[in-house]
Amino acid sequence: MTLNNYFYCCVGIVKRETSRFFQQRSRLFSALVRPLLWLIVFAAGFRAALGVSIMEPYGTYITYQEYIIPGLCCMIVLFNGMQSSLSMVYDREMGSMKVLLMSPLPMPFLLSCKLIAIAFLSLMQVYVFLLCAQLVDVDISLLGYLTAVPAVFLIAFFLGALGLLLSSLIKQLENFAGVMNFVIFPMFFLSSALYPLWKMQEASIWIYWLCQYNPFTYCVELLRFALFGQFNLTAFSIVLSATLITAILALISFSPKFSQKR
Amino acid sequence: MGIVINDLSFAYGKKTALNKVNLSLTTGFNVLLGPNGAGKSTLFSLLTGLTQTVHGTININEKDLSHNKSQIMSQMGVVFQQSTLDLDLSVKQNLLYYASLHGIAPRKALINIELILSQLSLTERLHDKVRTLNGGHRRRVEIARALIHQPKVLLLDEPTVGLDVESRLLIISYVRNLCTELGICVLWTTHLMDEVEQSDQLIIINKGEIQAHNQSSLLCEQYNVDDIYQLYFALTKNAEAV
Repeated sequence: MTLNNYFYCCVGIVKRETSRFFQQRSRLFSALVRPLLWLIVFAAGFRAALGVSIMEPYGTYITYQEYIIPGLCCMIVLFNGMQSSLSMVYDREMGSMKVLLMSPLPMPFLLSCKLIAIAFLSLMQVYVFLLCAQLVDVDISLLGYLTAVPAVFLIAFFLGALGLLLSSLIKQLENFAGVMNFVIFPMFFLSSALYPLWKMQEASIWIYWLCQYNPFTYCVELLRFALFGQFNLTAFSIVLSATLITAILALISFSPKFSQKR
Repeated sequence: MGIVINDLSFAYGKKTALNKVNLSLTTGFNVLLGPNGAGKSTLFSLLTGLTQTVHGTININEKDLSHNKSQIMSQMGVVFQQSTLDLDLSVKQNLLYYASLHGIAPRKALINIELILSQLSLTERLHDKVRTLNGGHRRRVEIARALIHQPKVLLLDEPTVGLDVESRLLIISYVRNLCTELGICVLWTTHLMDEVEQSDQLIIINKGEIQAHNQSSLLCEQYNVDDIYQLYFALTKNAEAV
C-alpha cells in the first residue's frame, strides 16, 4: 500500500460521511436549531438575570450571549460526535460495518479517517452556527474565526473518539438513549459552558469540583480563548491528553480480540 | 492459489460450531452445502477475518490469515448473507466508497465499476439510491462491489437467498463465468441443492464437521446415489431441507 492508497481511502471515508450527513437534512437543521434556541431564547432570558463580570480572556464586561457562544459551539461538536457514534452502532446493526472491517488498510488508520470526517462535519456546523450568531450581535473578530479552526478540530477529535469508544461498547441501538442521559447532559451541564466556574463555586463546591474534572470544561475554555484570538495552554494540554487517551481506548475496543471477548 | 484450512475449530461458549475442519480449495467453483446451523456462516466469518481464529489455521493464497490480514483482504472479495449496502447512498457512491477502502483512485474505480455493472445489466441504475432497488438488483450491486478490486478469492455467503428464479440464475451464471474467465477461487455457501452442478467441487458440512469434499459427480458415485439431493440426505440425514 502506498501513500496514495491511504489518501484515497481517507478522502473516500470523509466523502461518505459528508454525503450521509447531507442526505439527512433534518440532522443539519436540528444541529443548528438546538444551540440557536439556547442562544436566542435561553440566553436572552438569562441576560437580564445573570451578569458576567470581567474574566479571562475578555477584557471587559460581556453579555451572556457572548459568554455562552463557546459552550454552544462545543455542544454542537458534542452532539455531532455522539451522532456519529450512533451511526456507527447503526452501521454495525445493519451490517455495513463489515465493509469497513474488510478493508486491507489498518484499523487505526480507518478510525482516524472517521475522526477526520467527524471533525470536518463539526467544523462546518460550528461555522454555520457562528454566522447565525451574528444576528444576535455576537461579535467575533476575523482572527477569532481563524484561531478557532484548530481548536474545533481538536475538540471534535476528542468528542469523536469518545463517540467511537461508546459505539464499540453499546451493543444495541436502543441502548443509545442512555448516552443522552449519562454522557451528553452531564458533560454539558457540569462544565463552564453555561456558567463561569466561579459562579458554580459559590453555588456548590462539589459541583464545582465535578466541573473542574470534566474534560468538556477545558474544551469550552480552549475554544473561548481561541475565539478571542488567544491560546490557553492548560486547556489545550488537557484536551490533547484526553483525546489521546480516548482515541487509544477506542482503538483497543475496536480490535477483534477485544470485541470477541465481549 | 486458493484456501487451505487446517484443524479449524470454533465454539460459541460451550457450543461447538466447527470441529477440526480441514479443507483445501483451489481455483474454480466450490460449493459449501449444509443445513441451517451446520457451521457455514461461522466458517465464513473466520475466513473473512471478522472472527478471530483461535484453534487451527487458515491460509489464503499461501498466506496465513492471522498474520497477513491486510495482504489477504486486498485479494479477497466478499458478499455477505445480510445486505451491507448503505441504503441512503446511490449505487455509485456505495461502490466508490468500497473502492476507496481498498485505496483505489476514484477514476480507476469508475472504469472497473462501469465494466462490472454493464456485465450485470445495472449500468442504468448507477445513480439510483440503493433504497429504490429491488432485492435482486441489490445483490448484484453487492457482487459488483466485491469485484471492484479484482480479487483472486471470492466468498459468497448464501447470495441468492430470498431472490426470484431469474435473479438467482443470473447471479449464479455470472459468478460461474467469472471462475472460468478470471481463474479465481470462488467459495459459494448455500443450502439450496439446485445450485450445485456436477462439475462443481462440493463440500458438505453438518454439525460443524466436513462430511464430504470432492467433485459432486464423483461424490455421487462414491456414495452410490443418483443425485445431489440423495447425497445430501445420506450425509446429513437432514429432513429440514426437504
